[in-house]
Amino acid sequence: MAESRYMTINMGPQHPATHGVLRLLLELDGEIIVKAEPHIGYLHRGIEKLSESMTYPQALTLTDRLDYTSALSNNLAYCLAVEKLLDINIPKRAQYLRVLMAELQRIASHLLWVATHALDLGAMTLLFYAFRERETILEILELATGARLTPSFIRIGGLASDIPATFLPRVKAFVEDFPRRVDDYETLLTENIIWKKRTTNIAPMSAEECIRYGVTGPVLRASGVCYDVRKAYPYSSYEDFDFEIPLGSHGDVYDRYLVRLKEMRQSNRIVKQAAEKLPDGPFAAQDAPLVVPPAKEEAGRDIAALIRHFKIMQEGFRPPCGEVYASIESSKGELGFYLISDGTNKPYRMRIRPPSFINLAALPKMIEGQMVADVVAAIGSIDIVLGEIDR
Amino acid sequence: MDSCMAGDLLKETFPEAVRDIEEFRRETSITVDAGKIREVMTFLKENEKLCYDLLLDLAGVDFDDRSPRFMIAYLLHSTKFNNKLRIKTTVAEGASLDTVSDIWLAANWMEREVYDLFGIIFNNHPNLTRILLPEDFVGYPLRKDFPVKGADFDQPLQVCLEEER
Repeated sequence: MAESRYMTINMGPQHPATHGVLRLLLELDGEIIVKAEPHIGYLHRGIEKLSESMTYPQALTLTDRLDYTSALSNNLAYCLAVEKLLDINIPKRAQYLRVLMAELQRIASHLLWVATHALDLGAMTLLFYAFRERETILEILELATGARLTPSFIRIGGLASDIPATFLPRVKAFVEDFPRRVDDYETLLTENIIWKKRTTNIAPMSAEECIRYGVTGPVLRASGVCYDVRKAYPYSSYEDFDFEIPLGSHGDVYDRYLVRLKEMRQSNRIVKQAAEKLPDGPFAAQDAPLVVPPAKEEAGRDIAALIRHFKIMQEGFRPPCGEVYASIESSKGELGFYLISDGTNKPYRMRIRPPSFINLAALPKMIEGQMVADVVAAIGSIDIVLGEIDR
Repeated sequence: MDSCMAGDLLKETFPEAVRDIEEFRRETSITVDAGKIREVMTFLKENEKLCYDLLLDLAGVDFDDRSPRFMIAYLLHSTKFNNKLRIKTTVAEGASLDTVSDIWLAANWMEREVYDLFGIIFNNHPNLTRILLPEDFVGYPLRKDFPVKGADFDQPLQVCLEEER
């Protein structure tokens, strides 16, 4: 056998720095990566296929299991798609609460990211600080939704319930405190010489390359392209809030880090505004009795309401024939749902546009020609979640 | 530039390729001839009045009661003019479609996924292999005639190690 100059090594699928079950086949020339090939699918559960045999309200629970670090964002994207298909209007209070929760979830997701990304590169301290704040957010979300990981709280037509009285005071206490915490994280990393050496000019992507690869989210914005679904196609009343889109310039790992830290501050601003401006009113659509189940008290009092409740739970509802695409800016990038309805109570086709899947496709381009030790930094900087990639 | 403009321009440039333009819930979908897909896509990307430079999504759909059976939907976004456009085309069972993965590199993995789950062949694709499912998987799960519980639900699990192949 002819001696090859290159060595092939296998990274993952069981590897702590691949953030799940990602397998990378790396071809090395010494320590330089010549070729990288991601192998995915270890977590494939067939969510798109499963949804075709479930009613619209049932399929909502599958979306929690996509990007499990920000389940509420997935709920939101799916509900927006179904609501677009049904053409129903959501009350302002529900829209603001959706924004509030999605932004809290974004902060939680970014905290998990910054903690594990720093840990991968050897900065262990940050993990303890970031997880402390993430825990606070999860407790706040648990207070309203009853779950930490898979809330399924944002429902078609509004929310599952109104928020408890203790919710807003805790949110307000958190947003007052949080900017100071981000300052703390920055003292650990932003000017840290080791951090800068590990991240500056690592895995760079130019703006043109990002667009050619279809990359979205913080990775795209770190390369200087201002595309954020919240501004480009505002949904759920994002146009009512005042916030900025942080941009980078070099598109390297360091810029992605800066963009995400700034995004946390902006999300905090949005949460603050949503909590202050939160209007009174219903938490679910009032003009869609075939979609939104009746309140518990009503179902206990009125036999017609009880029948309606069972009909929605068992049969769901029948949206008109047609196809829609609705997307949100999740913490990873543009998360979209493309739904095709054939007029029955089950989606004919539910296509998920997962941001991590498409961003991961650009990984070989990022790391080819780089050192093998920087692969971990590059994977961390895209912030992938395998639940969403494999579906 | 709004997406209606794209429809008019496409009709002007490719009168024989544009089959249908429909609008539903403020989204425009244009159905084009499968044979002309590369010309249409290159035009949409290069034309300076349109500039659809970002391929957001590529979805396969199986309409098992229609002929041709499959539909491919491309979702495009223009970063310059900030609007979206859906291009649809149809593929018969056993027929193939030209790849757009050299026009947008993003299409590389998306087309592999459509091949993996629907069995639609993309001509001239650089690496058309299964992506989510194992290489030895039989069948295409997102086709409507594939059972949800799996084709081999009642059979014992076959284990084949890589070195035994």
